[in-house]
Amino acid sequence: MSALAAAATTTSTGEAIQFWVLAVVAVIGALCTILMKKAVHSALCLAGTMIVLAVFYLANGAYFLGVVQVIVYTGAIMMLFLFVVMLVGVTAADSLKETIKGQRWLAALCGLGFGILLIAGLANAKLTHFNGLGRVNSAGHVEGLAQLIFTRYIFAFEITGALLITAAVGAMVLTHRERTERAATQRELSEKRVREGVQVPPLPAPGVYARHNAVDIAGLLPDGTPSELTVNKTLRARGQIRDVSTEALDDLKALEQRSAERLGRDSREEASK
Amino acid sequence: MENLIALLVGAPLLGAAVLLCGGRRLDKAGHWLGTLLAAVSFGIGVALFADMLGRGAEDRTLYQHLFSWVSVGSFQADFAFRLDQLSMTFVLLISGVGTLIHVYSIGYMEHDERRRRFFGYLNLFVAAMLLLVLADNYLLLYFGWEGVGLASYLLIGFWQHKPSAATAAKKAFLVNRVGDIGLSIAIMLMFTTFGTFAFGPVLANADKASEGTLTAIGLMLLLAACGKSAQVPLQSWLGDAMEGPTPVSALIHAATMVTAGVYLIVRSGAIFNAAPDAQLVVTVVGAVTLLFGAIVGCAKDDIKKALAGSTMSQIGYMVLAAGLGPVGYVFAIMHLVTHGFFKAGLFLGAGSVMHGMNDEVDMRKYGGLRRYMPVTFVTFGLGYLAIIGFPGLSGFFSKDKIIEAAFAKGGTEGWILGGAALLGAGITAFYMTRVMLLTFFGEKRWQPAPDADQVPSAEPAAEHRAGRMPHPHESPKSMTIPMIVLAFGSVFAGAFFGLGDRFLNWLEPVTGYEHGNPPVGALTVTLSTMVVLAVGVAIAWSMYGRKPVPVVAPRGSFLTRAARRDLFQDDFNHVVLVRGGEHLTRSLVYVDHSLVDGVVNGTAASVGGLSGRLRKLQNGYARSYAVSMFGGTVVLIAATLLMRAV
Amino acid sequence: MNPVNYLYLAALLFTIGAAGVLIRRNAIVLFMCVELMLNACNLAFVAFSRMHGNLDGQIIAFFTMVVAAAEVVVGLAIIVSLFRTRHSASVDDASLMKL
Repeated sequence: MSALAAAATTTSTGEAIQFWVLAVVAVIGALCTILMKKAVHSALCLAGTMIVLAVFYLANGAYFLGVVQVIVYTGAIMMLFLFVVMLVGVTAADSLKETIKGQRWLAALCGLGFGILLIAGLANAKLTHFNGLGRVNSAGHVEGLAQLIFTRYIFAFEITGALLITAAVGAMVLTHRERTERAATQRELSEKRVREGVQVPPLPAPGVYARHNAVDIAGLLPDGTPSELTVNKTLRARGQIRDVSTEALDDLKALEQRSAERLGRDSREEASK
Repeated sequence: MENLIALLVGAPLLGAAVLLCGGRRLDKAGHWLGTLLAAVSFGIGVALFADMLGRGAEDRTLYQHLFSWVSVGSFQADFAFRLDQLSMTFVLLISGVGTLIHVYSIGYMEHDERRRRFFGYLNLFVAAMLLLVLADNYLLLYFGWEGVGLASYLLIGFWQHKPSAATAAKKAFLVNRVGDIGLSIAIMLMFTTFGTFAFGPVLANADKASEGTLTAIGLMLLLAACGKSAQVPLQSWLGDAMEGPTPVSALIHAATMVTAGVYLIVRSGAIFNAAPDAQLVVTVVGAVTLLFGAIVGCAKDDIKKALAGSTMSQIGYMVLAAGLGPVGYVFAIMHLVTHGFFKAGLFLGAGSVMHGMNDEVDMRKYGGLRRYMPVTFVTFGLGYLAIIGFPGLSGFFSKDKIIEAAFAKGGTEGWILGGAALLGAGITAFYMTRVMLLTFFGEKRWQPAPDADQVPSAEPAAEHRAGRMPHPHESPKSMTIPMIVLAFGSVFAGAFFGLGDRFLNWLEPVTGYEHGNPPVGALTVTLSTMVVLAVGVAIAWSMYGRKPVPVVAPRGSFLTRAARRDLFQDDFNHVVLVRGGEHLTRSLVYVDHSLVDGVVNGTAASVGGLSGRLRKLQNGYARSYAVSMFGGTVVLIAATLLMRAV
Repeated sequence: MNPVNYLYLAALLFTIGAAGVLIRRNAIVLFMCVELMLNACNLAFVAFSRMHGNLDGQIIAFFTMVVAAAEVVVGLAIIVSLFRTRHSASVDDASLMKL
């Protein structure tokens, strides 16, 4: 802390090294966030960037914020993201092909212009003098923050509390679905199945072989084609069924070839058979 | 004394207000109230006249400032009156003749259930006319001018259940509007030129303005006078205005309102004196109208329309005289006053005849009435002698002076104008003799009206009288007494005014006077007038006196037929103004459709097309909108930085 | 090293986030990009706080975090209900307002 207070215009070498290394990591993470095809990868990259930012907060003397960044942002918010990603489909990959004509060019142009302007503005701003936080942190950093939050910013603080409550209620309202009719009992469901007569017994189980009994792999029918019925409805809707029928046949062929070699049979003989 | 001036206007105005707002409970006494208030006005007028005579010629003008009417910046209009010799003359004429006609109307309108309203309108007219002649500035004059127009409209259309009366009222109102526009433009020009429109400063500074401006003002004033006084080219309404009750024709459309144009020209004499071109136009208009009206009067079989033509013609004389400048102003007013007497008397006589003849107006169905209506015959006959200018009677003194003044104009113009006036005198003698002969002489030609709705009646009461044989009778006293009084005026007014230059001396301080020198002697003019007069009477006698008059009008020569149709004035108006207006409207509609609508529709179409293309930007993709917002942010930041850098 | 470099980094991250918002269709990734932008702002606030020698910047960053949390909660709820009805998390599919 004393080092920070002393550093008026420059930082320590250690901080400089830390900055250059971690800044690269942060930028790469940010770029990966926007360029990864799968949402889950984006989320992980973003989490990495956020942790780097938490380190930067600490380096800038914002110890409280650094910890909050790790706990709240990276811990809670990013987990919420991941949760929703799971809900929506963790393996679904987005196509990065642009569908709106000219959108990507315009976005690039605007982004480039914005970045250049922002950096040019900063460069023009003559921000050379750093006061450091030594004086304000003299009575303890968290105490100083608390004093500000609960005195000068008390109303903003209270209102943010109200905002959080509202957001929680809002999320519940948005995701809650009112049940308009009584849920069908198991008996009624089976009676309905029998009456319709389409699929009287339970649906077939997914997976064929032991190594491929994942729920997203369709079970094979006797003729070797996959049966979509065996896969969960949600996965079917997302198009996340993995088809391993050809793989299984290839495996079978490879197995037969290996056993033939072991038994010393000629492949030609095999072919003639 | 000057505080009484407002009462001149106030008394009849009060009468109008009481009678028009009072409702049915005044039906029994309304006509007495109206007559009384008109008489009060006349009494005040006489008192003021006596007071005026008691003062010297130079300080006879009285002013009364009632209140500041309009006061906006440099635009100052006062509600102020000015009573000088000219106004005084008119006040006496209007209130005097007006009172007599009020009395006459008591008898004439006896059977009309809306008599109270009629008297209210008459009082309104008298008030407005007095306001017109007493106003001290052109704006107040304009107020009175519009007031008499309104009263005229209401009274012409008094029997508004008759479509012809309603149409005639509208026609009079519309034609008068054209003239009124002239007056309003003249007032605007005066204000821009002189910065005021009070008589005093405008007339005193008239010669300081440029002649072009003065000519423009003069022509606009002439247009106003043409509208109000039924001069060519705005003459067409007067004949139709005879649809109104006869007292109205006598008061408004013979004696007073139609002479307002002459008053306007004489009052604005200073402006016309400085604008010779405008004066020339005035004389031309007067000369044309005096011949026009006379010719029309020759052919009409409707007694009131014949008299209307005569009125037009006589006002033509006055306008001609007024156009001659200071030579003629006095005589214009003098003829105006004498004409007010004898023409009002003639109209009242005509009304009396109609009253006795089941409201028949066709002179061919009269004849020999002198035995049945002796008082009417005598008074009408005296009026007749006065109007043709029989030596010694009113018309002789005033008309002769005008003819003389017209010749005195000098040069070719003088000869043309004088000749026209002389010829007009002859035609006047012809048509008035014709009226006289057809009405009072010859054999009886009346017959029972065949059917109620074929009666060309002017009065609603005619319907229940239709089908009965007319039994001509003398009118009641309330009608004959005013006729007798007016006959006195017709006989003696001219001599009273003319002999010893009384009228000239009276009016000269206001209008100015200069003696004209006709190229021929005054006696020669008088004698030739007499000759022309005798010729006119003789021709009329040979045509209508010697042989029986057919009840159904013969086809007649082209000129007769043209004159019967008012010399095609309505056809002219129809072809030139109505058709022209229609064509103008049609072409404007075409322009509107093709050009204006084209521009509008083109604008709309281009906006629509542009919108159709811009609509594509609204593709519904949130990301597109985000790009727009982001782009806007970039532009804003760039602008901010740029401004800071600069 | 001049601490102003933190600001340059914040600007860079913000721009990357903004570009991500514009080019990604997946609503969840879009939200992540928004979070990235917010974080970039927070970094700038913290750097400013150090520059000016007071804690107000950190407090603003703190509030930003709280508001971002609220926003994420509501936003993800919207995404979930959107996915439920449309079986898609693509923002381009929610374009019913277009003609």
